[in-house]
Amino acid sequence: MFYIGVIQKLHKESCGLCCTKLKNFGVTIGNTEILYNVNLHIHCGELTALVGPNGAGKTTLLRAILGEISHTGELSFLDAEGYPRKPVVGYVPQRLDFDPGSPVSVLDLLSACLSPWPVCFGHSRRIRERVSARLAGVQAEHLLNRRLGDLSGGELQRVLLAMALEPNPDLLLLDEPVSGIDVQGKELFYELVSNLRKQYDLSIILVSHDWSLVTYYADRIVLLDRTVRCCGTPQEVFSNESVMSTYGPVIREETGRVPWKPQIIHSGGGVRA
Amino acid sequence: MEIWYAFVKHFLPFAWAQHTFMKNALLAVILVSPVFAVMGTMVVNNKMAFFSDTIGHSALTGIAIGVLLGFQDSLLIMVIFSVLLAIVISALKTLTSTSTDTIIGAVSATMVALGIVILSRGGGFNKFSRFLVGDLLSITPKEVLLLAFTLVGVIFLWVGMFNKFLLASVNPSLALSRGIPVRLVDTLFCITTAVIVTISIQWVGILIINSFLILPAAAARNISRNMRQYHVISILITLASGITGLLVSYYWSTATGATIVLFTALFYLGTLLAKPRFA
Repeated sequence: MFYIGVIQKLHKESCGLCCTKLKNFGVTIGNTEILYNVNLHIHCGELTALVGPNGAGKTTLLRAILGEISHTGELSFLDAEGYPRKPVVGYVPQRLDFDPGSPVSVLDLLSACLSPWPVCFGHSRRIRERVSARLAGVQAEHLLNRRLGDLSGGELQRVLLAMALEPNPDLLLLDEPVSGIDVQGKELFYELVSNLRKQYDLSIILVSHDWSLVTYYADRIVLLDRTVRCCGTPQEVFSNESVMSTYGPVIREETGRVPWKPQIIHSGGGVRA
Repeated sequence: MEIWYAFVKHFLPFAWAQHTFMKNALLAVILVSPVFAVMGTMVVNNKMAFFSDTIGHSALTGIAIGVLLGFQDSLLIMVIFSVLLAIVISALKTLTSTSTDTIIGAVSATMVALGIVILSRGGGFNKFSRFLVGDLLSITPKEVLLLAFTLVGVIFLWVGMFNKFLLASVNPSLALSRGIPVRLVDTLFCITTAVIVTISIQWVGILIINSFLILPAAAARNISRNMRQYHVISILITLASGITGLLVSYYWSTATGATIVLFTALFYLGTLLAKPRFA
């Protein structure tokens, strides 16, 4: 009841004006050149899926954008008015490595991010409401007082998504957020993420191996293998001859597992075109 | 101190409370318990039990260096030494790919050996054995004041930094993505642990100080579901076993530190048995 107002306040249309640009982006660790000459232009309101074989440098690219590892080239962000500034980046890791025995509740974790007030002293009512509003946004408000170690994989990823959305990010990075989660959990997560780009003013970069789900939900697919091999709408990428001859086997094998999804893509793609 | 003495005289009219050394020790226990309980929760969360153990053992070398430099009571030297050691260990942790327990194990053994070699030179090790067992009953009012300052320091640190410590302990790269300087936070925590362990070592004793830090938190962890419960239970266990241990050691004339640790161990055992109900 309390958080309806909060949700409405957060609810706004994406402007489609702000953008993130990667220019001549490269990462070298030690003597190994992992990424080179990556050029990307990401608009807000877009879900960009980053796909590619193992070891292609997808996770490395996200970590470089986050600033965890150093990179060459330029990373610039322009806000809606066209002024460059430092973007607020939200991040959902592939799998949160944490101690399952640790007595940290979902409320503890989120309010530690929201306010400087030490969570071991308890939670103010205001913070509690803000946290449950955030959790409601990812269909996880019932998890408020659960211990992190007691959550299922899908529940944990939704909590992490709620965490990444606070403060409102300009850029949301999702690193294989649902690998190892059952189909139902996966679809719920993708559904949430795909709604986010409509509700908030943000761009989303999603690393994934689920070709079928990605082609269904993504606006754009970037095929990465040490550099950008191909970039475009799902249809453009899959109709590209050279891409299909090199990476085709992987795509066909993956989509073959869920045969009904690609059919939906084609009809959906028709509407978009 | 006068207020405290008056308070004890008024509210605790027991035989044991007549002695000034017991009054001092009781106040020391009440001050040091929250410090250890609170630090312990994070030490356990960060899986740093072995680290704090090393800091405790390395106090021997700290004492030895103090003796070499000509100080008899060398708390300052010990603190400086342990802070340096904490910085070295946390740097080694990030710089090398060797597993942390190997590094810490190596450092620990080296420091103990070095300390014993220096202190036993000329056969005078016995006079330092009080550091091994610790003597809480010998605490002076000035030293109690030092503990009070430590408590205030820890409270300030917790108010300012706890959320950062927590996020860094849940997952470092998640914390980093939220703009928390994880390495700095980690080093700060290592240094604080080192300072607190070293300050308290002459009263609790090198051999058991780590148990006093780890056991209450480990016990609280068994039965708590969030951070507030974790802290409150840990503080209660430390206070309860601290005061009981002090009294029992008075009547049995045993070493105070060790008696207190035995009571925390009892709490740990109890919560371990109760764990299935809370899990």
